[in-house]
Amino acid sequence: MDITRLIIVAVGGQGNLLSSRVLGEAALMANIPVRMSEIHGMAQRGGVVESALVFGDAKSTIISDGEADALLGFEPSETLRALNKCNSKTVVITNLAPLPPFTVAIGKGVYPDLNRLQTLIRNKTSKLLAFDAVALAKTAGNVMSVNMVLLGALIQTSILPVSSDMVKEAILTRTKKAFAETNIKAFDLGFNAAKVNSK
Amino acid sequence: MHKLLVNSPGEKMLLLGNESIARGAIEAGVAFTSTYPGTPSSEISLNFFQISQESDLYFEYSTNEKVALEVCAAAANSGVRSMCVMKHVGVNVAADTLMTLAYVGVKAGLVIVSADDPYMFSSQNEQDNRYYGKLSGLPIVEPSSVAEAREMVQYAFDLSEKLQEPVIFRTTTRINHSTEIVALGKITQRVTTGDFKKDPFNYVTVPAVSRNLHIKLLKNLETAAKESETSPYNFVTGNGAWGIICNGVSYNYVCDAILDLAISDRTRVLRVGFSHPMPGALIKGFLKECEKVLIVEEGEPYMEEAVKAFAQEDGLTLTIRGKGEDLFSRLFEFDPAGVRKCIARYFGISYQSAAVPDLTDVPAIPQRPPNLCAGCSHRATFYAINKAAEGMETICSTDIGCYTLGFLPPLSTGDFLICMGSSVGTAGGFSKVTKKKVISIIGDSTFFHSGIPGLINAVFNNHNFTLVILDNGTTAMTGHQPHPGVDMEQLNLSGYGRVSIESLVKAVGVPLVKIIKPYKVRKSIDEIKEALQFKGVSVIISQEPCTLYAKSLNQLNARPFYVSEKCKKHKNCIHDLGCPAFFIEGDQVKIDPDMCVGCAVCAQICPENAILPLKKKSD
Repeated sequence: MDITRLIIVAVGGQGNLLSSRVLGEAALMANIPVRMSEIHGMAQRGGVVESALVFGDAKSTIISDGEADALLGFEPSETLRALNKCNSKTVVITNLAPLPPFTVAIGKGVYPDLNRLQTLIRNKTSKLLAFDAVALAKTAGNVMSVNMVLLGALIQTSILPVSSDMVKEAILTRTKKAFAETNIKAFDLGFNAAKVNSK
Repeated sequence: MHKLLVNSPGEKMLLLGNESIARGAIEAGVAFTSTYPGTPSSEISLNFFQISQESDLYFEYSTNEKVALEVCAAAANSGVRSMCVMKHVGVNVAADTLMTLAYVGVKAGLVIVSADDPYMFSSQNEQDNRYYGKLSGLPIVEPSSVAEAREMVQYAFDLSEKLQEPVIFRTTTRINHSTEIVALGKITQRVTTGDFKKDPFNYVTVPAVSRNLHIKLLKNLETAAKESETSPYNFVTGNGAWGIICNGVSYNYVCDAILDLAISDRTRVLRVGFSHPMPGALIKGFLKECEKVLIVEEGEPYMEEAVKAFAQEDGLTLTIRGKGEDLFSRLFEFDPAGVRKCIARYFGISYQSAAVPDLTDVPAIPQRPPNLCAGCSHRATFYAINKAAEGMETICSTDIGCYTLGFLPPLSTGDFLICMGSSVGTAGGFSKVTKKKVISIIGDSTFFHSGIPGLINAVFNNHNFTLVILDNGTTAMTGHQPHPGVDMEQLNLSGYGRVSIESLVKAVGVPLVKIIKPYKVRKSIDEIKEALQFKGVSVIISQEPCTLYAKSLNQLNARPFYVSEKCKKHKNCIHDLGCPAFFIEGDQVKIDPDMCVGCAVCAQICPENAILPLKKKSD
């Protein structure tokens, strides 16, 4: 089957490993080949966490520069930083709520302007969906569900070979029971935001 | 039940590479396991640790890799299948044991996992441990995928028993930390106890015995070479004249490249999964079918050297290349596009790769280096050290752990680091040849691992430095594994002893030992000052639990702090501490109450006393 390559970037603690896991479990349920890799050595210490997911008949578990079909960014400046993984056909989905790195607080860097950031990404890729996923996570009832909001938006684009139902099933069975309802709500909010955003 | 104990052969599970390796070992009936934690191997032993709590599997966090291998060597020579897990540099620590254990051999299977880390995602070097096969004479197997890892572990155990010697199971980070769908196999019943039969003329490695054992090892190596020739893990696919020899994850990139370049009818691939000894006859046969050959392997030209030597033996003159300026690098890890590009270039195929967008107009994005956590006790200790040493010229040897991050500004505490435990030994050398005050920094787990001999050396040789032991009650960096100083009762685990760092340091004969609580800033600075004035070896033990660990034990209950209107924006808090809970909003200094753990260190250093505790967390 065709190969779809997805990069997810986030800041340690934002829950992107769980979102990768959910996508992997959904693929397993749907009998879709999937391979993933992650680099999270110092994730708990506020560093960047990057996951690669390869759906379809490839053996590699990592994605080279310029070869991602989709980029899901949990933090706007990290989405921008990962643009080297994209090409002109890549679909990019990003949260717009910034988590400025500490280097900004100590004056060792300037956080990029969010409007310019979106223009840059839009000009270099095929499509950008950008919205405040943190606000939607709060609406869903738990700020930690930002990963599920973003998953909802990603699935709405239909770029991955896994269906919304499969992903929801994976959320229900693979995330903590206590958060299942909030997570599904968050997923739906993200899904709808992407629908509105695409119009 | 632990998910890796589910005995349902054929069931498909989404497993991390390290879970797949642990599962493979459980299926092979492993009964005795040990480790010293180290990325990228740590999740293998985490799973063993969890499984040991609900089954008769024995698992221990040993004090270091050498000890871990020794306990396994004894278990395996008593007839119990054993696995010893470590990162690549851990094998250096265990190497003394490994080299002669190769002579002695084993009775039941012993598999040693060496998790290599090309690109050094979380390591101090990227050494290629396949050379340990050559050095020790032991077999090496290496999987190419997460799914293959599971079945290859079983193979490694069987091979170990067939050859009666340990087998090295070599992985790289992209095996350990990749996730794939794995079909489970059947779990073999564990045999957890055995017996040791005395046989001193084969077990006690005095020279006369070892001379015979070395003869035995070389004979074994010949048997191992025959195994390698027919191993199902050394296989050829395709029948073209362009030869590619590859191993590990490189095999995946080669397979994908062959599809992308549409050259499957022209290529012939030899995947080497049993890489020591190399399968000479298989390789020679392969070479004879090829016009030219490319070797694709991360790290050193280990296979390339062997393949070229085999070609020479048979007088083959075809072109064989691998490493080189226009081909593959010995540095870092490979990626699919890089491998595809080299294959296309070497075999003369034109290929247009995906274009990375022009990023020249993207503004500089602020860096996001890892940082010590909000409220990390190491930060408080580093601050106190810096204040106590103000005006002194210092050299600060540091060690391996979260606290290595202290070398970054603004704390800038850390001038020299080689490996686990090196802070103490190198401090002794610096103190003998320079006039500067030498301060050595080591974590509690690292101190147990390999800091103690350095300290004893310093006492005996009368070195002059201050050793600061950062005792946060856990092995924080690799995911909060226990160490001999940990109170295991806190984890609801009984049957463990506990070693007091203070008693140990005093027993060794350190003349000046002080305990500090780093969140008490003034007092800590005064105590460290006194230690720095001392001529000879002094030790500061800085005791405060890791905040992440304390949080996981529900022990974090201090109120978070906020910056009140008394703030005059000196920003000492930000500039001297670098705590990530701080941020600037407009021109106001603020504290994120969700991140602040209430350590109160910033409140103690604020010249205006402007940092105050919130009344409630919700304020």
